[in-house]
Amino acid sequence: IKEQEEIEAKAIQIGSKDRSKKRVEASCFVSMEVGRKMANMLGTDHDLNFKETELCLGLPGGIAVVAAGNETESSSSPKTNGKRGFSETVDLKLNLQSKESTMDLNKNLDDNGSKEKSGSAKDPAKPPAKAQVVGWPPVRSYRKNIMANQKNSSEESGNSGAALVKVSMDGAPYLRKVDLKMYKSYQELSDALAKMFSSFTMGNYGPQGMIDFMNESKLMDLLNSSDYVPSYEDKDGDWMLVGDVPW
Amino acid sequence: MPKRLAYSLPDEVLEHVFSFIQSDKDRNVVSAVCKSWYEIERWCRRKIFVGNCYAVSPKMVIRRFPQVRSIELKGKPHFADFNLVPDGWGGYVLPWITEMAGAYPWLDEIRLKRMVVTDESLELIAKSFKDFKVLVLASCEGFSTDGLAALAASCKNLRELDLRESEVDDSSVHWLSHFPETYTSMVSLNISCLGSGEVSFSALERLVSRCPNLRSLKLNRAVPLDKTANILRLAPQLVEFGTCTYSAELRSDVFSNLAGAFSNCKELRSLSGFWDVVPDYLPAIYSVCSRLTSLNLSYATIQSPDLIMLVSHCPSLQRLLVLDYIEDSGLEALASNCKDLQELRVFPSDPFDAEPNASLTEQGLVAVSLGCPKLQSVLYFCRRMSNAALVTIAQNRPNLTRFRLCIIEPNTADYLTGEPFDVGFGAIVEHCKDLIRLSLSGLLTDCVFEYIGKYAKKLEMLSVAFAGDSDLGLHHVLSGCESLRKLEIRDCPFGDEALLTNAAKLETMRSLWMSSCSVSFEACKLLTQKMPRLNVE
Repeated sequence: IKEQEEIEAKAIQIGSKDRSKKRVEASCFVSMEVGRKMANMLGTDHDLNFKETELCLGLPGGIAVVAAGNETESSSSPKTNGKRGFSETVDLKLNLQSKESTMDLNKNLDDNGSKEKSGSAKDPAKPPAKAQVVGWPPVRSYRKNIMANQKNSSEESGNSGAALVKVSMDGAPYLRKVDLKMYKSYQELSDALAKMFSSFTMGNYGPQGMIDFMNESKLMDLLNSSDYVPSYEDKDGDWMLVGDVPW
Repeated sequence: MPKRLAYSLPDEVLEHVFSFIQSDKDRNVVSAVCKSWYEIERWCRRKIFVGNCYAVSPKMVIRRFPQVRSIELKGKPHFADFNLVPDGWGGYVLPWITEMAGAYPWLDEIRLKRMVVTDESLELIAKSFKDFKVLVLASCEGFSTDGLAALAASCKNLRELDLRESEVDDSSVHWLSHFPETYTSMVSLNISCLGSGEVSFSALERLVSRCPNLRSLKLNRAVPLDKTANILRLAPQLVEFGTCTYSAELRSDVFSNLAGAFSNCKELRSLSGFWDVVPDYLPAIYSVCSRLTSLNLSYATIQSPDLIMLVSHCPSLQRLLVLDYIEDSGLEALASNCKDLQELRVFPSDPFDAEPNASLTEQGLVAVSLGCPKLQSVLYFCRRMSNAALVTIAQNRPNLTRFRLCIIEPNTADYLTGEPFDVGFGAIVEHCKDLIRLSLSGLLTDCVFEYIGKYAKKLEMLSVAFAGDSDLGLHHVLSGCESLRKLEIRDCPFGDEALLTNAAKLETMRSLWMSSCSVSFEACKLLTQKMPRLNVE
C-alpha cells in the first residue's frame, strides 16, 4: 500500500491528471509481483479499474470480459451447486500480462523509460532481471517456498536453520542448540530450555543412557523461584533482563 | 434386447455379479445395457469419481446413486498449482458435503483434490458421517487446525487422514490432542504439509503408540530429528515413513539411536521428507535401503556424491523423486543400480536462475531410459535437450506411459541443431503407443501437433506452453487424439477456428484450459450456443 501511495504521489507531482496512465503504472507494478493477496487487495481496496490488464479472452488491449451474473469480485459465497452456466462466469481479475506486454515491460526496464508501461518502481536492491513469467517453470508454490527457505537459511548461516543459538548450562556435560524460530515467547523458550536440560536426568537417550548428575525437581524449583530471574547476554555483551525487549 | 433375456436372472444375482465390477468405466457400460440393469446398478454403486466438480450437481449424483459410500472429487484445474487460477475461482466442497450429509449417512470415504475446504465443511463431515474412515485432501486449502480438531474428536473409526500438500492455517489448536485416548484406529496419517506450530510432539507420540495398525506416517518438518527415533521405535511396523527435518548437529548418540530405530523397521518400503538434510545422517537409513521401493528426496538439497551413495544402496527402487543435484552422473549410477525403476521425477533446485546450477542435461535421462527397462513415468526438468536424445529415449523405452519434459527456458531449441523439437516429441508419440500423459516444452511448431494427432491415440492428458504457430496445431490435437480427456494450454497462438470446428470433441473431455491464447469472447459465446451442455468460462 505504501508503494501504491508513492506511485500516486509521483503522478501528482508530475502534474499528470490522467487516471488511465496512473492505473496502468500501478497495475504494471502489481503484475511483476504477482502475489495473489496483492492483486486482491488492490482490486478491492482501491477503486482502480484494472480493465486494461484484465485477463481477457482475446488479444491484449482488446475486448474486456464483462462481469456477469451475481458474482461479486470478492465473493466468498460458495458457488451454487451444479453446473456453472455462462452467465455465472467469474470475472478473472488476474492482472496477468500477455506475452506481448511482458516483452514491452522488459524493453522498458532496460530503457528505464517512463512510457506508459514503466516498470521503474522496482526494488533498487535487485538487479533488473527480466520479468518472470507467471506460473513458469511449472513448479508448485509449495515446492518453491520450501526451496526458497532452504536456500535462504543456507546462505545466511552456512548451517541448516536460520536462528540456531548455542545454549550451555553450568554442570551440563555438553551444549545444546535451540532454534529460536520454533518459539513464540520467552516463556516458551524458557520451558523448552528447562525440558532440554532436565532431560539429562531421565536417561531417555536409548541404550547409551546418561548419568544422573542433576536433580530435576531442584532445577525446576530454581527456575520457578523468585530468587532468580532469567536474564541473557546480548550481542553487545550486556546482561539483559528477559522480557524487556519484546520477543 | 429381447425381454426374456433381460429378466432371466433375478435382481439379487445381478447385483452380486455387479459387485465384482469395480472400475467406473465398466460400471458405466453395465448401466447402459438396458433399463433394468441401469436400475440395479445404480442402487448398488458404492464408489463415485467426479473428475470435474462442475460437471454435475451433487443433487443429481445423489438422485442417481442413492447408496454411495465413497466419493472422490476434483476441483481446480491442474494449472492452479502454478498460480494461474485466481482466488475465488471456485471448487468449494461445502455444497457437496451439505447435500451428502443428508443423503449418505453411511458415507465413509471422501477424497478431494484442489478443492476449497472450510472448517465448516470439516465440522459437517465430523458430525454427519458416523462411520467415517478416510479423508484425503490433496492440494486443498481453506481450512485450519480447528477443522482437524473436530474430525479428531468425533471420528472414532477414522483410518486415514492424508493432507498431502494442502495449505492449512494454524489456529493454534493442539488438534492432535483431540483424538481421545480410546482412539486406536489410525492406519495412515500424512501431516507433512503442516507448519511448525501445528503439531504437538507428545500428542503425536501418544497417538502413534496406541495405534497398532499404523502403516503410513508422514511427519511434518517441525519435528526434530532426535525425536524421529522415538517415533520409529513406537511403530516398527511402518511401511511408509516421511521424516521430519533431517538435520541436527552431528552427534554419535543421536545417529546410532536413529540407525537402530530404522533397522527395527523390517516392513519399511517407502521414505520421504528429508527436508534440510545433513548428509552425515543419511547412512542411518542404510539398513532399510535394500527393501526400499519408493524414495522421495525432492526436498533434499544434497549433492551428487551423497545421492549416488544413497541410490547405490537401493537396488529395489521403483520410484525416485529427486532434485537436479543428482546430475547426469547420479542418473547414470541410478541406471546401473536400479533395474526395477518405474518412475523418475527430477525437479529443479533453482528454477528461476537462467544459469544451470547442477550438471544435469539430457544425458542423464537418456542413461536412465537405456538402463531401466521398466521405466514408465518420467517428469524431467532440465535446461537443454536435443531431438537426438528424445528419439533415443523413445526407441529405448516404448513402454513409457507418462512423459513430462520441462525445458526451463521457453522456446529453447535443440542445442545441437538449433531446430525445434517437433521430431523428438514426434518420436515419443510414435514409439510409445501406450502414452497417456504428455507435457511439451521447448521450441515447437505446428508439426509436433500433427504428429500428436496422428500417433497419440491413447493420450488422455496433454500440457502445452509457448508452442505452435497457428490454429492448425490445436486442430490437429482436438481432431486426432481420440482418448483426450484433459488439455491445458498457455501462451500459444491457438484461436477461435480450431475451437469451434472441434466443439463436439469438448463434450467427450473432462476439461480444456486455455490462457494467453488467441481465443475471443465472441467465440466463447458461440461455443456455449453450439454446445449448451458445456460449462464455459
